[in-house]
Amino acid sequence: MKIGICAKVTPDTDSRIKVQGDGIDTAGIKWVVSPYDLFAVEEAIQTKEALGGTVEEIIGYSVGPQSVVTQLRQSCLALGADKAVVVHGDAAENTDALGVARCLAKAIERDGVDLVFCGKVAADDDNTQVPSMVAEVLGWSLISRIVSFETDGETVTATRSLDGGIQEVVTGKLPMVLTADRGLNTPRYAKLPAIMKAKRKPVDNLTAEDLGLSSDDLAPRVTATSWSPPPARPSGRILEGDVDSQVRELARLLREEAKVI
Amino acid sequence: MSNILVWAEHDSGVFKKTAFELLGKAAELRGDGEVTAVVLGDASGDSLGAYGASRVFQVAGDFSLFSGKQTADALHAAIEASGATVVLASSSYQAKDAMPRVAARMNSGMGSECTDLRAEGGQVVGRRPAYAGKVFTDVNIQSSPAFFTVRPNSFRQPAAGAGSADVVSVSCDTRNELTLVERKAPQSQDVDLTEAERIVSGGRSLKSRDAFDEVIRPLAAALGATVGASRAAVDADFAGHSEQVGQTGKVVNPSLYIACGISGAIQHLAGMRTSKVIVAINKDPEAPIFEHSTYGLVADLFEVCPKLTEELKAMQ
Repeated sequence: MKIGICAKVTPDTDSRIKVQGDGIDTAGIKWVVSPYDLFAVEEAIQTKEALGGTVEEIIGYSVGPQSVVTQLRQSCLALGADKAVVVHGDAAENTDALGVARCLAKAIERDGVDLVFCGKVAADDDNTQVPSMVAEVLGWSLISRIVSFETDGETVTATRSLDGGIQEVVTGKLPMVLTADRGLNTPRYAKLPAIMKAKRKPVDNLTAEDLGLSSDDLAPRVTATSWSPPPARPSGRILEGDVDSQVRELARLLREEAKVI
Repeated sequence: MSNILVWAEHDSGVFKKTAFELLGKAAELRGDGEVTAVVLGDASGDSLGAYGASRVFQVAGDFSLFSGKQTADALHAAIEASGATVVLASSSYQAKDAMPRVAARMNSGMGSECTDLRAEGGQVVGRRPAYAGKVFTDVNIQSSPAFFTVRPNSFRQPAAGAGSADVVSVSCDTRNELTLVERKAPQSQDVDLTEAERIVSGGRSLKSRDAFDEVIRPLAAALGATVGASRAAVDADFAGHSEQVGQTGKVVNPSLYIACGISGAIQHLAGMRTSKVIVAINKDPEAPIFEHSTYGLVADLFEVCPKLTEELKAMQ
């Protein structure tokens, strides 16, 4: 069995994001593997450890420019993934969620992977689209927002975290895509020897064309325009006086001015 | 004009308020087009005509255990039958899982978690936050049907009118490939953070889980609000993971957000900045949260919160 991880390289969540045209100003941005994808990496490694020799390899998949290989080596290969597959090129780097999903799904299919972990959402576009689209293109099942996972190599048992604090333990058959939520595991840190070793692990550099995808397959259907910072809030009011009068004034404002209680 | 299909979600037969919010907006956006609601499983859509749907598509079947595949099959059948050019759903767990699947199946595009929708040149355009709310963009979809999910509380709930809808049954394969082992009820009976109208959140300044329970939870109870927490408070185990508001927690959109002892890290602001009214209670007048608040109290939360709790109880 082979395990796949879909990992996206995004700005670190502590970055100051500034709009520049229809995009962001990338000066000074620290690039990392998106936080939820790190839970996916860890779960893939733990699954390989639990299943022992039956897991042939763990492959990390990404779509992006050449530079993402650096982050994949640090946060994927140095932690225990065996190989990375990166889809580069104008067509792949400028497509939409469905185009990205097609690139990932084609590569996953080509490699004969049976189990794929993704993060539940990427820290840049916050779309929550690619994992479901990968599952659809492959014709597989998907269980999203999992907080526990087990497999015997054929059946998966996972706990998923629904809205309203409801959790469900469900089972299904491989092949399957799963998306990782916070609480699934605690991602490990890379040790120095592993970081050195990761520099020699194989990376497949592909284009969408190599995967048999046409320009129609990747032509974006979705465009994001009119980028702007969040709407400015009307300047706030600091309430005056001692605590008692501040509290009374707040209650009055919430009821009479803001009309929210 | 747009023919709009609204996925009217329900909990055990009771429609969620997001179903009405979306129907109300769809009626504004449709132009000469038609608004159709789709209802999956055991809920009667008869009443949805009063909220602007001229047709209701009922898909019979057992949808009690969610499967993205099964739901996508049902939505796909309803979209094909309705001739929709726009498909709307709330940004619920179920819609986030199933809607991209249907979009992929129909070779079309999607805008996720929009906070506004508008009609422009015969199309529907979404406005949505990205980078955890640090950026807003328009999302334009060149393919049809255009799929959008919308955050709860983005639109007003319409009042019931005199309209009525034709109820049509749609059939499709409703096999479910997943099996339920166990369903665990939520620990609290509060409204989910992502749908809550009012939220009271606590930060690291609470100093302990006991203090969090004694100061934050009673204030939330007095307001009928859901409890939230900053990442620092969750990391310190004052509150549960599912209560975390922020970029790596829940993204919320309430009418009222009260931040108690929360400094306002980018991480946290990312999760709550679209709240309509923000109240900040913090001892530190330099705390960044004050730059984002509607009303600020530079004061000790241990003094303010119990007094505010009493004041609110007295008002009822």
